[in-house]
Amino acid sequence: MATGHFKQGIAGGRLSPEQYADNFSDLHPPLDHHEALVESDRCYFCYDAPCMNACPTSIDIPLFIRQISTGNPIGSAKTIFDQNILGGMCARVCPTETLCEEVCVREVAEGKPVQIGRLQRYATDVAIAQDKQFYPRAASTGKTIAVVGAGPAGLAAAHRLARYGHDVTILEARPKAGGLNEYGIAAYKSIDNFAQAEVDYITSIGGIDVQNGTALGRDYQLSDLTRNYDAVFLGMGLGGVNALRADGEEAQGVTNAVEFIAELRQASDLSSLPVGRRVVVIGGGMTAIDAAVQSKLLGAEEVTICYRRGQEHMNASEFEQDLAAANGVTIRHWLQPKRVVAEGGKVSAIELEYTTMKGDKLVGTGERLTLTADQVFKAIGQSFVPAALNGSGALLALEAGRIKVDAEGRTSLADVWAGGDCIFGGDDLTVSAVAQGRDAAESIHRALTSNGRA
Amino acid sequence: MADISNNFVGIKSPNPFWLASAPPTDKAYNVIRAFKAGWGGVVWKTLGEEGPPVVNVNGPRYGAIWGADRRLLGLNNIELITDRDLQVNLREIKQVKQDWPDRAIVVSLMVPCEEHAWKAILPVVEETGADGIELNFGCPHGMSERGMGAAVGQVPEYIEMVVRWCKANTRMPVITKLTPNITDIRKPARAALAGGTDAVSLINTINSITGVNLDSFAPEPTIDGKGSHGGYCGPAVKPIAMNMVAEIARDPETHGLPISGIGGITTWRDAAEFMALGAGNVQVCTAAMTYGFKIVQEMIAGLENWMDEKGHATLDDIVGRATPNVTDWQYLNLNYIAKAHIDQEACIKCGRCHIACEDTSHQAITNMVDGKRHFEVIEAECVGCNLCVNVCPVENCITMEPLAVGVMDQRTGNPVSPVYANWTTHPNNPMAKVAAE
Repeated sequence: MATGHFKQGIAGGRLSPEQYADNFSDLHPPLDHHEALVESDRCYFCYDAPCMNACPTSIDIPLFIRQISTGNPIGSAKTIFDQNILGGMCARVCPTETLCEEVCVREVAEGKPVQIGRLQRYATDVAIAQDKQFYPRAASTGKTIAVVGAGPAGLAAAHRLARYGHDVTILEARPKAGGLNEYGIAAYKSIDNFAQAEVDYITSIGGIDVQNGTALGRDYQLSDLTRNYDAVFLGMGLGGVNALRADGEEAQGVTNAVEFIAELRQASDLSSLPVGRRVVVIGGGMTAIDAAVQSKLLGAEEVTICYRRGQEHMNASEFEQDLAAANGVTIRHWLQPKRVVAEGGKVSAIELEYTTMKGDKLVGTGERLTLTADQVFKAIGQSFVPAALNGSGALLALEAGRIKVDAEGRTSLADVWAGGDCIFGGDDLTVSAVAQGRDAAESIHRALTSNGRA
Repeated sequence: MADISNNFVGIKSPNPFWLASAPPTDKAYNVIRAFKAGWGGVVWKTLGEEGPPVVNVNGPRYGAIWGADRRLLGLNNIELITDRDLQVNLREIKQVKQDWPDRAIVVSLMVPCEEHAWKAILPVVEETGADGIELNFGCPHGMSERGMGAAVGQVPEYIEMVVRWCKANTRMPVITKLTPNITDIRKPARAALAGGTDAVSLINTINSITGVNLDSFAPEPTIDGKGSHGGYCGPAVKPIAMNMVAEIARDPETHGLPISGIGGITTWRDAAEFMALGAGNVQVCTAAMTYGFKIVQEMIAGLENWMDEKGHATLDDIVGRATPNVTDWQYLNLNYIAKAHIDQEACIKCGRCHIACEDTSHQAITNMVDGKRHFEVIEAECVGCNLCVNVCPVENCITMEPLAVGVMDQRTGNPVSPVYANWTTHPNNPMAKVAAE
């Protein structure tokens, strides 16, 4: 055990270099050739397959698996990319246990679904490694489209539009493209800089100009885009983090989990990344799990997730909860934060209140619990920040604080479409963002070309 | 405890499991290991005539097909008969027989189709004390090009002639091994019987190419860029072999002729099936070549346990029990009506029964009922073909349920008749025999 393991407070260098490397290696190592053949042989090639219907992008899963089983991973990759150009990342980050694999008939039959996600990764890895491009770009239409945000929704939209011969400019606020794929997921789910490799793979179709470091509302306004482009797609995600609504949350050591996750993904030396000895994560979703597990992997001695409702209400999937438990994270339920206790301006503990359901309302019981903590992560959800939209011009209609769109992704403004986490009605999944971006692109294409005819 | 000791044309062995004439029985070393493992007998790998031994290729002799998990499903080989000196083989056979008197040792033979050649080899084999000989009229590769093996087995007159020579020149029981590379297996069996054979054994291997290398465009197994058809064996050939065994067992001309069953036997169950169809014992090769000799322990225990469970005391209680139930299509009861039934508790809703029936059969299985994914047999369309049973990945989920006499068949609107009626008397048959007044 490295000597830094028991350092008090928030500190780096808790582990040996080997431990860091081991802890942040691939969560699900890729299937090798033979493993892929054996696993693909388990697929029954179902009729009207439940897995396919459960996939937000409707990938023809039985077909791509059959193509793997017949030794045609390139054909398999095309089957995947036809529906989901980010099939490589989705293979890594999709909560398959609540999507395709949950409804796999093998899950029904024997509790062991076909490992669809790992098979999808196998096929897409082969194609991306060979830089096998399946979609020639159509002749230029001369139409220009601005895409705000280079996350999954924006990239999917841009690729589909570029295929049709439109010229796409992606405006990305961060220094790198990829959105949450680059900044928002646990490091062990996407190793070897895969997010950037995928961005390169997608944009190499041509006709996509990615401009990093340009933010809506700061460097340009929505009205600039509607004036200068034939159409606009908004896929900027969620910029805000919900507050704890606990006293003292401004204390040093109270951090947004999404920032921690982003910082970790960008870190070139994990030992330089400080983490508390005793960490408390507030929240019950994927972000809470990612922050908690990675804290543990960085060498935190005690990591506790506190969620204000019961286990059955957690947004994190059962697999993710098990992953946390397997890594030594304690998950506690029916606790809400009340007060951050600080010593010398730094977090020393967090005071929580037990909760219960009174009718259909969550209420505190009055009983309190104090957990020692030198770091507290907030992971209680993100929110859409509409301010950037309203710099000038017409207002975009919102619904429950997010952008209102119709079934095709059209906003209340003509020539403006939206998709991904920033719209109302989504489920905050990468794969859903891809579907929304792709479908909005189809809608844009129809609008710009009078029903698809150039 | 069931008694599985075997007496095949007077050759006794403690169990009915023999190793077939093939690479596993080429040397004393292998045969002794087999006997130690528990095999009841061996057919020693085919001996040729005195003189320079045959030579084998020095590249791949075997090709195969596999399941996705590399389970070997079919094997083929282009190995020839023994490439060891005749005298060495004879010395070893004699010694092993002396050391293992309770096990069967039959010697496979293949010499040119001339009487003097057979006359020359029979006494030297007899001298070893071997229990019998097996005439290799089956090898489909190499030796057949030289007028031996399958080249003899494909001409019934040659079979009869050679069997006759052998019967005239040895006291040993003669087992004639047949090639399946022929249109009607009954013809060579009848010829062997006419020549006086004591038994037939079948099948030898099937002409085959196991694969084509799509880079070199050469067949597998490939020797320096070329390939030759080899003999196919292993689990994949079992259905073909069982039909041929049954054809000989139920042929009025050869009925009662002892049969040593060969072809893809891998488990006790395979062996029991061959024996039920009329084989007096069985020979095994590919399974041993895949898993080693130890598999015989599973075969022995499995056969005994099954016989105990069913109350069969000896092998005589099972041999040929299924033969009377193998018949011609024209005698099948056309008034027997079965319908598929899907156990909804067992169904995992993969939909394969539906799509198989919908695309390729009789549109008799639903996929959606009241807006829900649901697979159910439409009895008014079901012809009872059994395809759904065969494609269903869940054992016993779909079963064929016979309709009781008198029950309405919803497909035809007629009640099930109690009368047995087959094609020979069917009104649609222009050749139908009219019942006598």
